[in-house]
Formats: sequence, C-alpha cells, structure tokens
Amino acid sequence: MDVWISIILSICAASTPLLLAATGELVVERSGVLNLGVEGMMIMGAVAGFATAQVTGNPYLGALVAMGAGALFSLLFAFLTLTLVANQVATGLALTILGIGLSGMIGEGFVGRPGIRMEALDIPILTDLPIIGKLIFGQDLIFYISIALVFGVYWFLFKTRAGLTLRSVGDNHTSAHALGINVIKVRYLAVLFGGACAGLAGAHLSLVYVPQWVEGMTAGRGWIALALVVFASWRPGRVLVGAYLFGTVTIGQFHAQAIGIAIPAQFLTSLPYIATIVVLVLIARNRRMTMLNTPASLGQSFVPDR
Amino acid sequence: MAATQQFDEPVKTVPLLEARGITKIFDTLKANDNVDFAIQKGEIHALLGENGAGKSTLVKILFGSLQANEGGVLWDSAPVTVRSPSEARELGIGMVFQHFSLFEALTVAENIALSFNAATPLENISTRTRDLSTQYGLPLDPDAVVGDLSVGERQRVEIIRCLMQDPRLIILDEPTSVLTPQEADTLFETLFRLRDEGRSVLYISHRLEEVQRLCSAATIMRHGQVVDACDPREETAGSLASKMVGAEIDEVVHRESAATDKVVLQLNNLNMPSTHPFAVALQNVNLQVNAGEVVGIAGIAGNGQGELFGAISGEDVAANADAVVIDGHVVGNLGISERRKIGGAFVPEERLGHGAVPALTLSDNMYLARHASDSDDFQSGGSLKVIAKNAIKSATKRVVEAMDVRKSAENPPAAALSGGNLQKFVVGRELDRKPVFLLVNQPTWGVDAGAATHIRQALIDLAASGSAVLMISQDLDEIFEVADRIAVMADGRLSQPEPTANMTRERVGLLMAGSSDNVDASGEAA
Repeated sequence: MDVWISIILSICAASTPLLLAATGELVVERSGVLNLGVEGMMIMGAVAGFATAQVTGNPYLGALVAMGAGALFSLLFAFLTLTLVANQVATGLALTILGIGLSGMIGEGFVGRPGIRMEALDIPILTDLPIIGKLIFGQDLIFYISIALVFGVYWFLFKTRAGLTLRSVGDNHTSAHALGINVIKVRYLAVLFGGACAGLAGAHLSLVYVPQWVEGMTAGRGWIALALVVFASWRPGRVLVGAYLFGTVTIGQFHAQAIGIAIPAQFLTSLPYIATIVVLVLIARNRRMTMLNTPASLGQSFVPDR
Repeated sequence: MAATQQFDEPVKTVPLLEARGITKIFDTLKANDNVDFAIQKGEIHALLGENGAGKSTLVKILFGSLQANEGGVLWDSAPVTVRSPSEARELGIGMVFQHFSLFEALTVAENIALSFNAATPLENISTRTRDLSTQYGLPLDPDAVVGDLSVGERQRVEIIRCLMQDPRLIILDEPTSVLTPQEADTLFETLFRLRDEGRSVLYISHRLEEVQRLCSAATIMRHGQVVDACDPREETAGSLASKMVGAEIDEVVHRESAATDKVVLQLNNLNMPSTHPFAVALQNVNLQVNAGEVVGIAGIAGNGQGELFGAISGEDVAANADAVVIDGHVVGNLGISERRKIGGAFVPEERLGHGAVPALTLSDNMYLARHASDSDDFQSGGSLKVIAKNAIKSATKRVVEAMDVRKSAENPPAAALSGGNLQKFVVGRELDRKPVFLLVNQPTWGVDAGAATHIRQALIDLAASGSAVLMISQDLDEIFEVADRIAVMADGRLSQPEPTANMTRERVGLLMAGSSDNVDASGEAA
C-alpha cells in the first residue's frame, strides 16, 4: 500500500509543475497571445526561487520571488510583443533561449549546493489518517495552489465578467476594441499571470521536486506545458487531466524500467507531443470545434486604430 | 464655445446630435474636412457617399472609436467629448456595424453582456434578449453560439445588443447588404417602430431606393466634405447618385444580348459534398453559359456561391470530370492552372488574400495569377522559368491604364490600393487576357459607384466581344443591370436561368429565400 501511496505522491509532484505552467499559458492563450517562452520563464523561476531560498533560508519566500521573476520575464515578452508589436513566435522562442542562458549564469554559484526543500504539510491526526492522510493533507503548498488554480481559472474564465472579457479579446480583438475593451491591457495582465504561474512551476522544481539547482533543469517541461494547452483544447479541466496523464507517464516510465519493462524513454517523452498532434488533427477536422475552442486571434498582433 | 455659436439658419427643433467642423487627418489625407451636420429627434437620417467619402471616419468619430483633430459634437445642444465607444453608449448612441463586431465563439447572451457594465448578471441579459427580440419581431435564442448563426441572425444580435442599451441614436452601417429583400423589409419595420418611439437613426447605405423609402433627411459626403443635405423623398435615385459622385454617372450601356449558340461553360449535375459543417453542399447544379452573354447568379451570401466558385475555378475538384466543361474541354477533375490555360478566368470575391497577395506588388500579383496561362510571355529560359519582368510590368501598366486604376506609386503593394482600385485591377488583370470564359464573384463588392460602373461596363463589353461571362453577385441592382439571364442560388441549388426581362425582384427574392418548389411549378406554368 505504502508503495502505491508513494507512487501517487511522486505522480503529483511530477504533474504539478506541468499543471501550473499549462494553466498559466492557457489564460495567456485565451487572451489571444501565444507565448512560447514558458520554458524560459519557468527556468528563471527555478533559479530565482532556489537562490532566494539559499540566501534567506525561506523556501516560501523563494516561491514568491520565483513568481515575481517569471512575471518580470514575461513582462519583457509583453513589452516586445504587445507594445512594440514584435512577432510573438519569434519573441517567445528568444525568451526561452535567453531564460536558459541567463538562469545558467545566475545559478552558476549554486550548482551542487544542497537545496532547501519546501516541506510537506503535516497536520496532526489528519495527515496521519490511513491512505488519504498523506495524499490529501500531506503535500506541499504549491500542490494545493496548483489544484486550486485550475478551478479558480475555470471559474474566472467562464463565470466572471472579467473572464468573458478576456475570452472576447482572444476571440476577436478588433471587435473587443470596438466595444471599448482595452485589448492591450487585458493581454498584459494575462501574460503577467502566465509568467507568474510559470515562475511558480519552476520554483516547484527547484524547491520541491528535485530540490537542487541544475543548469537546464526544466528539461523541456515548458514545452510539454505548451503542448498540454493545445491537447486540452484550451479548457482548464482538460489541462488538469492532461497534466496528470503526462505526470503518470513520466513516473510510470521509471517504475516500468525498475521492473524490467523496456519502453524506450524517448518514446515516453515524445508522447505529449504525439498526443497534441492527434488532438490538433481531431480539432482541425471539425470547424465547429475549432471555432468553439481555439482562441481565434491566437498569435495575432493587435494594433489599435489611430 | 461651440454652444454660443449662432445658427446659420433657423432650426425647427433642437437637434439630438449636431456635429460642427469635424476634421480628421490621416497622415496627409483629410478624411473629414470641416464636417457639419445635424440629426433631429425621431428621424431616420441617411448618410450617403461613395466609398472613401469619409462616412466611416465620421461615424467612428461620433461613436468614439476615433478622435477628431478639430471640431466638436453637441448632444442635446450640450457640447460633449466622446473618447471611447463605451462613452458613446453611455450618452445613448448605439451602433450596428457593417462587418459584425461579434465574437463567434461566444453565445448570444455573452456577446450582448460584453457591451454592458460588469454589474449586469448574465441571466438578466438572457431574459431581456428574449423579451426585446420578441417585442421588435427579431427572434433570437440567447444561448445559441454566434458562430452557428446565419448572417441575418447575427445582425439581429447586433441590433438587439444596441437596443438593450435603450439608445436615443442608432447608427446602422450598410445594414441590408447581407439581407434578402424580405429580411430587409422586416428590418425596415423595426426601424420605423424605433423612429415612432422617438429614437433617431443614422442610416448609412449605398442603396438609394432604400434611403428614399426610409429616410426623411440625408447628408451627402464627397471627398471628406459635406456637399449637400436634402430630403431624399423629394429626390430621384438618379439625382441622389449624381450628388454623391459629383457628376452624372455614366449609365451602363447594355447592348442587345449578343448570346450565340456556342456553349462555353457547361455544368452537368455538379455535386460537391460540403467540406465542413458550415459549407453548403452543391446539389445537382446544371448550367449553360453561351458565348456572348452574361449570366448572373443571385443569392444571399452563404448559399453555396463560394462553393460554386471553387468548383468552376478548380479550387475544388469535382468527383466526375464531365461535371464541368469549359469551351469543350472536360475539366471537372483538373486544377486551376489547367482551366486557366484553356481560356478560363476567375476573379474571386475576396480581393485581398484571395484575388491578390496584399503585401506583394501589382506586378508580382499579375505574375502569380497568370504564370500558367501566359507562361510564354511571362517566363523565359525554358524550364528555368525565369520571370520576364518587363513583360509583366508592361502587362500591369496596360491593365492599370485600361481600368483607370489609381495608385500612389509606380508599382505599389496590392494592399496599398483602395478597395475599388484594387478590384478594378483584379478584374482588369483577367480581362486583359481576353478570356473565353470569365467567372467573377461579387465584382463590385464595397466598390464606389464610379468604379462599379466601370467594372460592370467592362463585363458587358467582354461578353459583347464574344466571351461568356458568369457573374455571382448579391447585389440585385447589379444583376439586373448587367446580366442577360438570371439564375438564383439557394441552399446549394441553382434555379434555371431565365432572361432578365422575365424576372422581377419579387420572384428573385422568393427564389433567394429557397422556395424553389413553387417556383419550379410557376416556372412550368409561365
């Protein structure tokens, strides 16, 4: 039994950064912005969180600073693409490359240092309950935030006025502008939110999952998060399912190797992308599904009338 | 300061809205030049002018989407500054756009909610949508997704959205361009009702008969200035049109139908399945177009005209080759270039993005369209296919001169031309080849009256010179003016073409609405 609980716990830990980053990116893309810099923002969060925890000894402060670093990094993207109207794809890629390089430089002195782990919750009695105790009451704070975030984002997007405004901007920015909605402002806020989420996802890696600083430690998770958003056809609930599906595959791969089932690791790591392509093909075949799910102005720059 | 200004002439009542000295300058172009006009309470006021006359700019300024460089607006005789559309709505100005500003992925109620302040719950909006739409005879389901609605229904959403704010002034930009005559009648009833409630309507349209029927006042613009104000009921369509263009428009000269017995285009039971849920399947389309005649295809947008264009031009290939025969060649299974090589010419509806690549120059666009049909002239070096720049340049120049295309530079990108001038170029590019068969979709869509006449005349002249012309259009005036025979497309089916002289607008309207059964019957009877 304990084995299963520890497997489930490790699945949660593997899924949480994917879930955080993908949920943030979902909000960004729902506003019509394609930020391919998730990987870069995530690793900036990882290094900023780790460094702060090292200096202050406080992993929670580290997580906060990581969110700030992700948001600040995304602000650069927002300024370039929204204010200066640079191409979103190119800028996003540049952001990732810059993030990986910059984080390596900042983190140079931290390589090999033992990390400060964000401890799991330990509530007397509740955490000690059999089976569910550890799963429900015995995880780290970021895990709870990630779950709450999915529901929060769902509620925000589909139940609040601000969410409707955000979706409208992503669907047709020209019309939204004509209605007097400040398209650029909405997108700035969405991009910053996405940046903060990616930063927190990075902090989870360097403060909970590993916890250490290793150069390039995000190892493509930002790209998986991007793929997940499409896989989930821009729906928060499906992001949750998708993130845990890929978390399970990642963990399953280790255990499969341990018991001697030889599935090539490359195949498993490529699964999210294959799944995404399949989903894209399925959506593309049906115009109504595309219309309902894909933010129609995704990736398009917006320049208001004079 | 504006409020103290004296009226030049006595006015019966205080106008609801008065614009004074509005000037708007884009770079070097004066889009609005010292525009004065006034809308009275409870009147339907027409704003007339050719494309590019400055109507849209003026309306955008009134609605707050643009800011004037000079001049001001009086609302209920108090000076106001409208900085944004939401401020305009707070004042009581509502607008229904020509190109709908709706969100396809959202529901009707969500679309409407977006133009309200955040405090209004969605349920209230659903209820009020239902109430208002019944009250004004424009039925709508608030929970339907807008992407699933027809064009007419989308317009209803716009109108209801506008009415829900209880506006005192409603601006409609070309509202009937997408409607059947019957739908337009329903819209007019609604407008009359609004007028009777004391609201004012600013009605922008090219359709002079409509303006005469609806409006009790008109302001006419040309080159950014107000050139005249009149009561359209006391004018004729001809006098209004000449005020708009500043000179008597050349009437299209229609010769006696020069149709010969030679069949140039033949469609035999053309069937095309719909490629996506919103496409219309073509069902058993049969048609003959002879050399020397223009056949017009009328119909409301989205009834299969685009699909028919694709099937004839070769963008979509038919299942059986003999479904499409051009000039004796069986081409149903051939691509566009093959069809162009045997003398077919095709001008699609969208001039930017379909008919021309916006960012490429006119000569590049010339080459792209005619590289196959004119490969001897436009390419040299055999299989190297070196582009013959000079030949293309001179062909471009020829077209520009023949069609009187006005442009700012020697060889500008297509996007730099105004809609009318680009359309003249795109049509002229095909005419220049003297094609055996020309298919043109919406030849004068969004084109000013002068350019439209030019294009229509060119189509008639091409037919007179012995080519066959098939023209798809939603503009009934154009169809009646140009076509020798008229067919109507409804829901993927094409009615049998009949001589224009035997057709009436009412009959076309019925056919457009899809009542093919009784029309077939009456066709037999007649």
